[in-house]
Amino acid sequence: MILLELFWTFLKIGIFTFGGGYAMVALIQNEVVVNHGWMSQQEFTDILAVSQMTPGPIGINTATYTGYTAVVNSGLPVWEGVVGSLLASLAVILLPVVAMLLVYGYLSHHRDNPVIDAMLKVLRITVVGLIAAAAMLLLTEESFGHPGLNKQFIVSVLIFVGVFYFSLRRRTNPIVLIVASGIVGLVVFSV
Amino acid sequence: MYGKLFVSFWKIGTFTIGGGYVMIPIMEQEIVDRRGWLSREEFMDYLSLSQAMPGIFAVNMATCIGRKLGGIWGVVCAIAGNVLMPIALILMLAMFFRYFRDNVIVERVFMGLRPAVVALIAAPVFRMAKSAKISWSNFWIPLVAALLIWLFGVSPVWVIVAAMAGGLVWGRVKVKG
Repeated sequence: MILLELFWTFLKIGIFTFGGGYAMVALIQNEVVVNHGWMSQQEFTDILAVSQMTPGPIGINTATYTGYTAVVNSGLPVWEGVVGSLLASLAVILLPVVAMLLVYGYLSHHRDNPVIDAMLKVLRITVVGLIAAAAMLLLTEESFGHPGLNKQFIVSVLIFVGVFYFSLRRRTNPIVLIVASGIVGLVVFSV
Repeated sequence: MYGKLFVSFWKIGTFTIGGGYVMIPIMEQEIVDRRGWLSREEFMDYLSLSQAMPGIFAVNMATCIGRKLGGIWGVVCAIAGNVLMPIALILMLAMFFRYFRDNVIVERVFMGLRPAVVALIAAPVFRMAKSAKISWSNFWIPLVAALLIWLFGVSPVWVIVAAMAGGLVWGRVKVKG
Protein backbone atom coordinates (compact mmCIF):
# COMPACT_ATOMS: atom_id res chain seq x y z
CA MET A 1 0.00 0.00 0.00
CA ILE A 2 1.80 3.08 -1.24
CA LEU A 3 0.07 5.56 1.09
CA LEU A 4 1.25 3.71 4.19
CA GLU A 5 4.72 3.32 2.74
CA LEU A 6 4.76 7.03 1.95
CA PHE A 7 3.76 7.91 5.50
CA TRP A 8 6.42 5.68 7.02
CA THR A 9 9.08 6.94 4.60
CA PHE A 10 8.41 10.60 5.39
CA LEU A 11 8.29 9.92 9.15
CA LYS A 12 11.82 8.62 8.76
CA ILE A 13 12.89 11.57 6.60
CA GLY A 14 11.54 14.05 9.14
CA ILE A 15 13.28 12.70 12.20
CA PHE A 16 16.63 12.18 10.45
CA THR A 17 16.80 15.67 8.97
CA PHE A 18 19.46 17.70 10.74
CA GLY A 19 20.69 20.97 9.35
CA GLY A 20 17.93 22.50 7.29
CA GLY A 21 15.97 22.17 4.09
CA TYR A 22 18.75 20.99 1.82
CA ALA A 23 19.59 18.14 4.17
CA MET A 24 15.95 17.11 3.92
CA VAL A 25 16.09 17.35 0.14
CA ALA A 26 19.04 14.92 0.21
CA LEU A 27 17.04 12.44 2.30
CA ILE A 28 13.90 12.77 0.19
CA GLN A 29 15.92 12.22 -2.99
CA ASN A 30 17.47 9.08 -1.55
CA GLU A 31 14.12 7.65 -0.47
CA VAL A 32 11.84 8.55 -3.38
CA VAL A 33 14.29 8.20 -6.28
CA VAL A 34 16.98 5.72 -5.19
CA ASN A 35 15.24 3.45 -2.67
CA HIS A 36 11.65 3.37 -3.87
CA GLY A 37 11.98 4.43 -7.52
CA TRP A 38 8.77 6.45 -7.22
CA MET A 39 10.11 8.96 -9.77
CA SER A 40 13.13 9.63 -11.97
CA GLN A 41 16.06 11.83 -11.03
CA GLN A 42 14.89 14.34 -13.62
CA GLU A 43 11.35 14.48 -12.29
CA PHE A 44 12.81 15.09 -8.85
CA THR A 45 14.98 17.93 -10.20
CA ASP A 46 11.89 19.56 -11.76
CA ILE A 47 10.07 19.27 -8.44
CA LEU A 48 13.00 20.94 -6.71
CA ALA A 49 12.85 23.83 -9.17
CA VAL A 50 9.16 24.38 -8.41
CA SER A 51 9.67 23.88 -4.64
CA GLN A 52 12.25 26.64 -4.51
CA MET A 53 10.17 29.06 -6.52
CA THR A 54 7.01 28.82 -4.43
CA PRO A 55 6.60 30.21 -0.89
CA GLY A 56 7.26 28.13 2.19
CA PRO A 57 9.98 25.87 3.55
CA ILE A 58 11.72 23.81 0.84
CA GLY A 59 11.34 20.67 2.94
CA ILE A 60 7.55 21.01 3.16
CA ASN A 61 7.20 21.93 -0.51
CA THR A 62 9.33 19.02 -1.67
CA ALA A 63 7.52 16.59 0.64
CA THR A 64 4.12 17.75 -0.60
CA TYR A 65 5.08 17.59 -4.24
CA THR A 66 6.92 14.26 -4.13
CA GLY A 67 4.10 12.76 -2.05
CA TYR A 68 1.61 13.66 -4.75
CA THR A 69 3.84 12.59 -7.63
CA ALA A 70 4.77 9.25 -6.08
CA VAL A 71 1.10 8.26 -5.71
CA VAL A 72 -0.04 9.50 -9.12
CA ASN A 73 2.98 7.90 -10.83
CA SER A 74 1.95 4.54 -9.43
CA GLY A 75 -1.30 4.81 -11.37
CA LEU A 76 -3.65 5.87 -8.59
CA PRO A 77 -6.25 8.63 -9.10
CA VAL A 78 -5.63 12.31 -8.41
CA TRP A 79 -7.55 12.40 -5.11
CA GLU A 80 -5.29 9.71 -3.71
CA GLY A 81 -2.38 11.82 -4.86
CA VAL A 82 -3.79 14.67 -2.79
CA VAL A 83 -4.10 12.33 0.20
CA GLY A 84 -0.52 11.20 -0.42
CA SER A 85 0.80 14.76 -0.47
CA LEU A 86 -0.99 15.61 2.78
CA LEU A 87 0.22 12.40 4.43
CA ALA A 88 3.81 13.10 3.36
CA SER A 89 3.67 16.68 4.68
CA LEU A 90 2.10 15.59 7.96
CA ALA A 91 4.55 12.71 8.42
CA VAL A 92 7.58 14.85 7.74
CA ILE A 93 6.73 17.29 10.57
CA LEU A 94 5.17 14.87 13.06
CA LEU A 95 8.16 13.38 14.89
CA PRO A 96 10.28 16.57 14.92
CA VAL A 97 7.34 18.45 16.48
CA VAL A 98 6.94 15.78 19.16
CA ALA A 99 10.70 15.91 19.79
CA MET A 100 10.59 19.70 19.99
CA LEU A 101 7.77 19.59 22.55
CA LEU A 102 9.68 17.02 24.63
CA VAL A 103 12.85 19.09 24.86
CA TYR A 104 10.99 22.40 25.21
CA GLY A 105 10.89 22.04 28.98
CA TYR A 106 14.58 21.19 29.21
CA LEU A 107 15.65 24.07 27.04
CA SER A 108 18.18 25.50 29.48
CA HIS A 109 19.65 22.15 30.59
CA HIS A 110 20.55 20.79 27.21
CA ARG A 111 22.06 23.91 25.78
CA ASP A 112 25.20 23.62 27.86
CA ASN A 113 25.62 19.87 27.70
CA PRO A 114 29.09 19.29 26.15
CA VAL A 115 28.26 15.78 24.92
CA ILE A 116 25.16 16.98 23.05
CA ASP A 117 27.21 19.91 21.72
CA ALA A 118 29.86 17.52 20.39
CA MET A 119 27.20 15.38 18.71
CA LEU A 120 25.62 18.41 17.04
CA LYS A 121 29.01 19.56 15.81
CA VAL A 122 29.70 16.20 14.16
CA LEU A 123 26.19 16.19 12.68
CA ARG A 124 26.63 19.66 11.17
CA ILE A 125 29.86 18.54 9.53
CA THR A 126 28.36 15.29 8.25
CA VAL A 127 25.34 17.00 6.74
CA VAL A 128 27.65 18.91 4.40
CA GLY A 129 28.68 15.55 2.90
CA LEU A 130 25.04 14.52 2.67
CA ILE A 131 24.13 17.54 0.59
CA ALA A 132 27.26 17.15 -1.54
CA ALA A 133 26.16 13.60 -2.38
CA ALA A 134 22.68 14.87 -3.31
CA ALA A 135 24.24 17.40 -5.70
CA MET A 136 26.49 14.70 -7.22
CA LEU A 137 23.50 12.43 -7.76
CA LEU A 138 21.68 15.24 -9.57
CA LEU A 139 24.50 15.65 -12.12
CA THR A 140 22.73 13.51 -14.69
CA GLU A 141 22.54 13.43 -18.46
CA GLU A 142 18.80 14.08 -18.27
CA SER A 143 19.46 17.41 -16.59
CA PHE A 144 22.61 18.52 -18.41
CA GLY A 145 22.39 16.83 -21.79
CA HIS A 146 24.89 14.33 -23.20
CA PRO A 147 28.43 15.47 -22.31
CA GLY A 148 30.30 16.82 -25.33
CA LEU A 149 30.36 19.78 -27.68
CA ASN A 150 26.63 20.09 -28.09
CA LYS A 151 24.45 23.07 -27.38
CA GLN A 152 22.45 21.69 -24.44
CA PHE A 153 25.50 20.48 -22.51
CA ILE A 154 27.50 23.69 -23.02
CA VAL A 155 24.58 25.93 -22.07
CA SER A 156 23.83 23.73 -19.04
CA VAL A 157 27.41 23.94 -17.78
CA LEU A 158 27.44 27.72 -18.26
CA ILE A 159 24.15 28.07 -16.34
CA PHE A 160 25.48 25.78 -13.60
CA VAL A 161 28.70 27.77 -13.18
CA GLY A 162 26.86 31.11 -13.30
CA VAL A 163 24.20 30.16 -10.75
CA PHE A 164 26.81 28.54 -8.50
CA TYR A 165 28.90 31.72 -8.55
CA PHE A 166 26.02 34.11 -7.90
CA SER A 167 24.54 31.91 -5.18
CA LEU A 168 27.81 31.34 -3.33
CA ARG A 169 29.71 34.60 -3.80
CA ARG A 170 27.01 37.19 -4.34
CA ARG A 171 24.29 35.58 -2.21
CA THR A 172 21.78 36.29 -4.95
CA ASN A 173 18.21 35.26 -4.09
CA PRO A 174 17.49 31.76 -5.46
CA ILE A 175 14.22 32.94 -7.05
CA VAL A 176 16.07 35.51 -9.12
CA LEU A 177 18.55 32.85 -10.26
CA ILE A 178 15.84 30.34 -11.11
CA VAL A 179 13.75 32.82 -13.05
CA ALA A 180 16.83 34.06 -14.93
CA SER A 181 17.88 30.49 -15.81
CA GLY A 182 14.39 29.70 -17.04
CA ILE A 183 14.46 32.74 -19.31
CA VAL A 184 17.94 31.82 -20.57
CA GLY A 185 16.72 28.29 -21.30
CA LEU A 186 13.65 29.51 -23.15
CA VAL A 187 15.61 31.99 -25.27
CA VAL A 188 18.68 29.85 -26.00
CA PHE A 189 16.79 26.66 -26.82
CA SER A 190 14.24 28.50 -28.98
CA VAL A 191 16.77 29.91 -31.45
CA MET B 1 -4.42 34.53 20.61
CA TYR B 2 -4.92 31.42 18.46
CA GLY B 3 -6.20 33.57 15.62
CA LYS B 4 -3.27 35.96 15.87
CA LEU B 5 -0.78 33.08 15.98
CA PHE B 6 -2.35 31.57 12.90
CA VAL B 7 -2.34 34.87 11.01
CA SER B 8 1.25 35.71 11.93
CA PHE B 9 2.57 32.33 10.83
CA TRP B 10 0.35 32.38 7.77
CA LYS B 11 2.09 35.60 6.77
CA ILE B 12 5.52 34.17 7.52
CA GLY B 13 4.80 31.03 5.49
CA THR B 14 3.13 32.77 2.59
CA PHE B 15 5.48 35.63 1.94
CA THR B 16 8.84 33.91 2.18
CA ILE B 17 10.14 32.31 -0.95
CA GLY B 18 13.41 30.42 -1.02
CA GLY B 19 13.47 28.28 2.09
CA GLY B 20 13.37 28.35 5.86
CA TYR B 21 16.32 30.62 6.50
CA VAL B 22 14.83 33.40 4.43
CA MET B 23 12.09 33.36 7.07
CA ILE B 24 14.35 34.34 9.98
CA PRO B 25 14.36 38.14 9.51
CA ILE B 26 10.66 38.16 8.62
CA MET B 27 9.85 36.02 11.66
CA GLU B 28 11.93 38.23 13.90
CA GLN B 29 10.16 41.32 12.65
CA GLU B 30 6.70 39.79 13.09
CA ILE B 31 7.20 37.95 16.40
CA VAL B 32 9.62 40.23 18.24
CA ASP B 33 9.11 43.73 16.85
CA ARG B 34 5.50 43.80 15.73
CA ARG B 35 3.73 41.47 18.17
CA GLY B 36 6.21 41.63 21.02
CA TRP B 37 5.57 37.95 21.85
CA LEU B 38 9.22 37.17 22.57
CA SER B 39 12.24 39.16 23.64
CA ARG B 40 15.13 39.18 21.19
CA GLU B 41 17.09 36.86 23.52
CA GLU B 42 14.24 34.36 23.69
CA PHE B 43 13.95 34.50 19.93
CA MET B 44 17.67 33.72 19.58
CA ASP B 45 17.32 30.83 22.06
CA TYR B 46 14.44 29.35 20.07
CA LEU B 47 16.41 29.88 16.89
CA SER B 48 19.39 27.87 18.05
CA LEU B 49 17.17 25.13 19.50
CA SER B 50 15.19 24.90 16.24
CA GLN B 51 18.39 24.59 14.26
CA ALA B 52 19.80 21.92 16.54
CA MET B 53 16.67 19.76 16.55
CA PRO B 54 15.71 17.49 13.66
CA GLY B 55 13.06 18.50 11.14
CA ILE B 56 12.07 21.60 9.27
CA PHE B 57 13.49 24.74 10.80
CA ALA B 58 10.45 26.99 10.24
CA VAL B 59 8.08 24.35 11.64
CA ASN B 60 10.31 23.89 14.69
CA MET B 61 10.22 27.64 15.30
CA ALA B 62 6.43 27.62 14.95
CA THR B 63 6.33 24.75 17.48
CA CYS B 64 8.27 26.56 20.23
CA ILE B 65 6.55 29.88 19.73
CA GLY B 66 3.11 28.27 19.53
CA ARG B 67 3.86 26.21 22.65
CA LYS B 68 4.95 29.25 24.61
CA LEU B 69 1.96 31.37 23.68
CA GLY B 70 -0.90 28.90 23.49
CA GLY B 71 0.10 25.39 24.56
CA ILE B 72 -0.73 22.48 22.29
CA TRP B 73 -3.42 24.37 20.38
CA GLY B 74 -0.99 27.22 19.90
CA VAL B 75 1.40 24.74 18.30
CA VAL B 76 -1.33 23.45 15.99
CA CYS B 77 -2.38 26.98 14.96
CA ALA B 78 1.16 28.20 14.35
CA ILE B 79 2.14 25.16 12.27
CA ALA B 80 -1.13 25.10 10.32
CA GLY B 81 -0.74 28.79 9.53
CA ASN B 82 2.85 28.28 8.47
CA VAL B 83 2.33 25.41 6.04
CA LEU B 84 -1.21 25.95 4.75
CA MET B 85 -0.50 28.24 1.80
CA PRO B 86 2.71 26.50 0.69
CA ILE B 87 0.96 23.12 0.66
CA ALA B 88 -2.12 24.45 -1.18
CA LEU B 89 0.01 26.20 -3.80
CA ILE B 90 2.30 23.25 -4.39
CA LEU B 91 -0.65 20.90 -4.69
CA MET B 92 -2.24 23.09 -7.35
CA LEU B 93 1.02 23.29 -9.25
CA ALA B 94 1.59 19.54 -8.94
CA MET B 95 -1.86 18.82 -10.34
CA PHE B 96 -1.54 21.18 -13.29
CA PHE B 97 2.13 20.83 -14.12
CA ARG B 98 1.58 17.29 -15.40
CA TYR B 99 -0.46 18.69 -18.27
CA PHE B 100 2.17 21.23 -19.25
CA ARG B 101 5.22 19.02 -18.90
CA ASP B 102 5.34 18.09 -22.54
CA ASN B 103 4.70 21.61 -23.79
CA VAL B 104 7.68 22.80 -25.89
CA ILE B 105 7.97 26.15 -24.11
CA VAL B 106 7.81 24.58 -20.64
CA GLU B 107 10.40 21.99 -21.66
CA ARG B 108 12.81 24.71 -22.83
CA VAL B 109 12.34 26.66 -19.61
CA PHE B 110 13.08 23.54 -17.58
CA MET B 111 16.17 22.76 -19.67
CA GLY B 112 17.48 26.05 -18.28
CA LEU B 113 16.17 25.43 -14.77
CA ARG B 114 17.64 21.97 -14.17
CA PRO B 115 21.35 22.90 -14.12
CA ALA B 116 20.43 25.95 -12.02
CA VAL B 117 18.69 23.76 -9.43
CA VAL B 118 21.71 21.48 -9.18
CA ALA B 119 23.95 24.54 -8.68
CA LEU B 120 21.58 25.78 -5.96
CA ILE B 121 22.05 22.46 -4.12
CA ALA B 122 25.83 22.51 -4.64
CA ALA B 123 26.37 26.09 -3.40
CA PRO B 124 25.15 25.52 0.18
CA VAL B 125 27.69 22.68 0.47
CA PHE B 126 30.47 25.26 0.41
CA ARG B 127 28.52 27.80 2.44
CA MET B 128 27.76 25.24 5.12
CA ALA B 129 31.32 23.91 5.08
CA LYS B 130 32.39 27.31 6.35
CA SER B 131 29.70 27.70 9.01
CA ALA B 132 30.12 24.09 10.24
CA LYS B 133 33.84 24.87 10.72
CA ILE B 134 35.19 22.14 8.47
CA SER B 135 38.99 21.99 8.69
CA TRP B 136 41.81 19.72 7.48
CA SER B 137 41.42 17.58 10.59
CA ASN B 138 37.71 16.79 10.12
CA PHE B 139 37.49 17.11 6.34
CA TRP B 140 37.35 13.33 6.03
CA ILE B 141 33.96 13.16 7.76
CA PRO B 142 31.83 14.87 5.07
CA LEU B 143 34.02 13.26 2.39
CA VAL B 144 33.39 9.73 3.66
CA ALA B 145 29.70 10.58 4.16
CA ALA B 146 29.35 11.83 0.58
CA LEU B 147 31.23 8.85 -0.90
CA LEU B 148 29.23 6.31 1.10
CA ILE B 149 25.97 7.79 -0.18
CA TRP B 150 27.01 8.68 -3.70
CA LEU B 151 29.23 5.73 -4.67
CA PHE B 152 28.12 2.94 -2.38
CA GLY B 153 24.43 3.77 -2.15
CA VAL B 154 24.37 3.82 1.64
CA SER B 155 21.22 5.46 2.97
CA PRO B 156 21.80 8.95 4.43
CA VAL B 157 19.78 7.76 7.43
CA TRP B 158 22.59 5.36 8.42
CA VAL B 159 25.18 8.04 7.84
CA ILE B 160 23.28 10.33 10.22
CA VAL B 161 22.93 7.56 12.81
CA ALA B 162 26.67 6.84 12.58
CA ALA B 163 27.48 10.55 12.93
CA MET B 164 25.27 10.81 16.03
CA ALA B 165 26.91 7.78 17.61
CA GLY B 166 30.38 9.01 16.69
CA GLY B 167 29.61 12.49 18.01
CA LEU B 168 28.32 11.14 21.32
CA VAL B 169 31.41 8.96 21.81
CA TRP B 170 33.70 11.85 20.89
CA GLY B 171 31.83 14.13 23.30
CA ARG B 172 32.15 11.60 26.14
CA VAL B 173 35.86 11.16 25.53
CA LYS B 174 36.33 14.94 25.46
CA VAL B 175 34.42 15.42 28.72
CA LYS B 176 36.41 12.73 30.55
CA GLY B 177 39.79 13.57 29.08
